[in-house]
Amino acid sequence: MSLTPTRQPIIPKIKRETIKKLIKKGERIDGRKLEEYRPIEIILNPIPKAEGSAWVKLGNTIVMTGIKLEVGTPYSDRPNEGVLQVHAEFVPLASPTFEPGPPDENAIETARVIDRSLREPRAIRLEDLVIIPGRKVWLVFNDIYLIDHDGNIIDAGMLSSMLALNLAKIPKIVSIEDDNVVIDKTVKETPLPLNLNVVTVTIGLIDEIPLVDPLLEEELVIDSKITIAFDEKGRITGIQKAGMKGIRTPVLDEVVDIASKKASELHELLRKVLSNPENYMKTLI
Amino acid sequence: MEKPVLIREDGLRHDGRKPDELRPIKMDVGILKNADGSAYVEYGGTKVIAAVYGPREVYPRHLALPDRALIRCRYHMAPFSTSDRKSPAPSRREIELSKVIREALEAVVFTELYPRTTIDVFIEVLQADGGTRTAGLTAASLALADAGIPMKDLVAGVAVGKVDGVIVLDIDEVEDEFGEADMPIGYAAGIEEIVLLQLNGVLTREEFVKALELAKKGAEQIYKLMKETLHKKYLKVLSE
Repeated sequence: MSLTPTRQPIIPKIKRETIKKLIKKGERIDGRKLEEYRPIEIILNPIPKAEGSAWVKLGNTIVMTGIKLEVGTPYSDRPNEGVLQVHAEFVPLASPTFEPGPPDENAIETARVIDRSLREPRAIRLEDLVIIPGRKVWLVFNDIYLIDHDGNIIDAGMLSSMLALNLAKIPKIVSIEDDNVVIDKTVKETPLPLNLNVVTVTIGLIDEIPLVDPLLEEELVIDSKITIAFDEKGRITGIQKAGMKGIRTPVLDEVVDIASKKASELHELLRKVLSNPENYMKTLI
Repeated sequence: MEKPVLIREDGLRHDGRKPDELRPIKMDVGILKNADGSAYVEYGGTKVIAAVYGPREVYPRHLALPDRALIRCRYHMAPFSTSDRKSPAPSRREIELSKVIREALEAVVFTELYPRTTIDVFIEVLQADGGTRTAGLTAASLALADAGIPMKDLVAGVAVGKVDGVIVLDIDEVEDEFGEADMPIGYAAGIEEIVLLQLNGVLTREEFVKALELAKKGAEQIYKLMKETLHKKYLKVLSE
């Protein structure tokens, strides 16, 4: 059952009012412009045991995604495709308001929005992940791990997922006997087959004023927020509205315009990082 | 199952509808004895029932909010509602849909009128044939009205989609499964606000604008039916 959030971080009334007042003047509490992302830091493949991994720091929000590949059986209605599973964990170390336990509705929503935005434009070529048709395929586990929560988890999660997927390499298949597939995880050669990159842009609304990449404190004040996913061809590959207020159509049109512009910037960043990945392969500290 | 022809040569859809045509819609309110408000809604083969309890006391107490009512919402599918039996345990999909439906209702209910209470909304999908979350939202909104809970507006839900390259209104299960996009919306037509919006699929910017326009038109038709249904019920109550 979904219920109105009752365990939100507390934000003083005076701060709430400051946020609102500043936004009306086109300013934000951290000095950004309304349509500006926070600085993005990227570390690629910090976890060598994962088939691919990426650490993304969006301002103070930290998200890490790890890709694991395993051999398994395909879904019965898609016998000739690999399997993609996206999960998100909001672990208690990331925020004083998170509790241990199975993923809550926010974690599930985050994972499902990212899953749909990747699946629908066929970002991963699942048809190329078949080992024995109808019986054995690669299972792709995309696990999004929230490490520090300061707002806009979805965009950071999507960026880290996309980077980790781009870096992921498929372990070597040593032998196939009947249905017994033996793999060697120490040898990873072929990259995971991808068709295209996808990014999401999340925009919050306060009194119909759009603000890109909301901070946690802004998320506690906004009326609603919209996440829009774009592929590198500029097509919309997913939308999710969240929050407890409605949106008028002209405002929504404006939001889509801004999101499309910001999406091309994020795609540009992805291209830059992925054309020289070795520059971003650092240790975590 | 092979992909069927979704748009026939005469431009009509696989079930004979025009692209901008809704399925036959039925609705009724006040159908349950125990609930404070209830509604039954059919969009073609999709059959949904919704019940509202409250405003009532919150248990456990510590969940209560001092300045407003809680809204608790559960969207749930009956095990027999789909062709393969669905496990009655809540799936990740049902958890997500419960959240987006709750948020859509939060946008219209005057929760500040009932501090320290809860308004519980239960949606059961009895048969799923596409558009269950939107039919569920329509039913929930009717049930809230039937319970006499003050709201800014009614909310009508409808899903638009893209099938075989054509933007169509009120997609059914086949169109959802084999089409290119499914975009459910919840629209409060009186105050002209979009309270639920999701997109599962790929659309260009132009297609998105067109789909949104079509969805709003469809939602306005459903909104009118909702008002008529409530009107009929309360004229009857009045004459008794």
